Amino acid sequence: MTSDQIRQVILDILGRIAPDEDLTDLDDARPFREQMELDSMDFLDIVMELRKMYRIQIPEEDYSNLNTMGGTVQYLLPRLKDVPVGA
Amino acid sequence: MSDLDRIVITGVGLTAPNGNSLPEYRHNLLVAKSGVVNYKTRYMGPVLAGICNFDELRYQKKKDLRRGTRAGSIAVYCANEAVKDSGIDWPNVARENVGVYIGITEHGNVETENEIYEISKFEYDTKVWSHHHNPRTVANNSAGEVTLNMGITGPHLTLGAACAAGNAGFIQAVQMLRLKEVDLAIAGGVSESIHTFGIFASFAAQGALATHEDPTKACRPFDRNRNGIVVAEGGGLCTLERLPDALKRGAKIYAEVIGYAMNSDAKDFVLPDSNRQAECIYLAMKRAGIGPEDVDIVSSHATATEQGDIEEAAALRRVFGNSPKTFINNTKSFIGHAMGAAGALELLGNVPSFDDGIVHATINLDELDPRCALPNLVINQPREIGPVKCILNNSFGMLGINSVVIIRKFQG
Repeated sequence: MTSDQIRQVILDILGRIAPDEDLTDLDDARPFREQMELDSMDFLDIVMELRKMYRIQIPEEDYSNLNTMGGTVQYLLPRLKDVPVGA
Repeated sequence: MSDLDRIVITGVGLTAPNGNSLPEYRHNLLVAKSGVVNYKTRYMGPVLAGICNFDELRYQKKKDLRRGTRAGSIAVYCANEAVKDSGIDWPNVARENVGVYIGITEHGNVETENEIYEISKFEYDTKVWSHHHNPRTVANNSAGEVTLNMGITGPHLTLGAACAAGNAGFIQAVQMLRLKEVDLAIAGGVSESIHTFGIFASFAAQGALATHEDPTKACRPFDRNRNGIVVAEGGGLCTLERLPDALKRGAKIYAEVIGYAMNSDAKDFVLPDSNRQAECIYLAMKRAGIGPEDVDIVSSHATATEQGDIEEAAALRRVFGNSPKTFINNTKSFIGHAMGAAGALELLGNVPSFDDGIVHATINLDELDPRCALPNLVINQPREIGPVKCILNNSFGMLGINSVVIIRKFQG
């Protein structure tokens, strides 16, 4: 997957776990939590969704990499580069 | 009794398979509109169920629905509706003095089954077991979701009381108000049980799950051709207050709770006992200071199982056999068995009788089982009986738990 494709995957996940939010103007550089209602349980949903979709295990010490969209994409890119979209 | 010990119902919120407000529900009970439909449950295929279609997003966001449970969502809807109906100045109510007491038959089966189904798609890898599982399945879930939604900081409890639970919620509220533990109670019962295949499968294994080619005719209490329970979801919650508080704010008063009782059969896991049921009814009447002849309507619990209906009929004959002005009906025949909500919904469906003097019927009673013969059983058509002053509501459950609540029309 490319960066853009990973970004779309994350957007889709956010759309499911925060269905009341408008994500169209999400700023990739700002923390998710500054732009939407996202608590620790929601954050764990992101991790869980990635685990279910791509069998990725994200260790707790790496969670800080997932605070922003930009950081999340950057973190996931090497881990998902060989994974086809929709896997 | 001091007026401070007199507890009144001042607001009603409900969702039943045939109505999402008291007026709609009552109307459909009087015109014999059933809420039972065909339903598919996981693994088992087609069954019958009573399904609610209330507006889930009236008081919750989509995210709340995703995170919480169906029982919680039903409870949130009913609690908000009850408070709105009560006319209380909710923004200025001291939330630390509000208690939430919700009866449940069971909780956690739905959520656990869903998680097991989910991990089955991942070779039972428990690493995909949801972190939402515990907050969804703790036994206080539905009452807790109400407090979260409404900012209530007083006590909240669910009361696990099998199918006697709806009454148990009301009883807990009366007790806590009399103890001055709270100033306002939101109480009753809820059920999400149609979302667990296990409850259907278990009733089927017991030979107690209703079948019928016409879903609306499947729930047939007291009928010779009854063949079991129709499982339903639903909720019925009320606001309850001490009488002086209600009078002070000029509240509309639906009814006064004048008596209640709970007891145990101490006999069998599933089979009921008419002797203990009758004792429970007598105890509630004694506490209310009334006799059988003072009861205008008995809302029966009968679920349309073979032995359950026979036992309750025996108890009712024993207590009300010589009470010619007491009329008996059954609400499950319209909506199925709403489990934890049953007692609450069945009581509330009768409350409008205080105003219109009409008793809704028990429907689908085409051929009375002689073992269930009862005096003044209101069969298939509602009956106008004149002024109604007192209603007695039976709710019984597995493990031999019995509950009775008696309400009286409030007369200042």
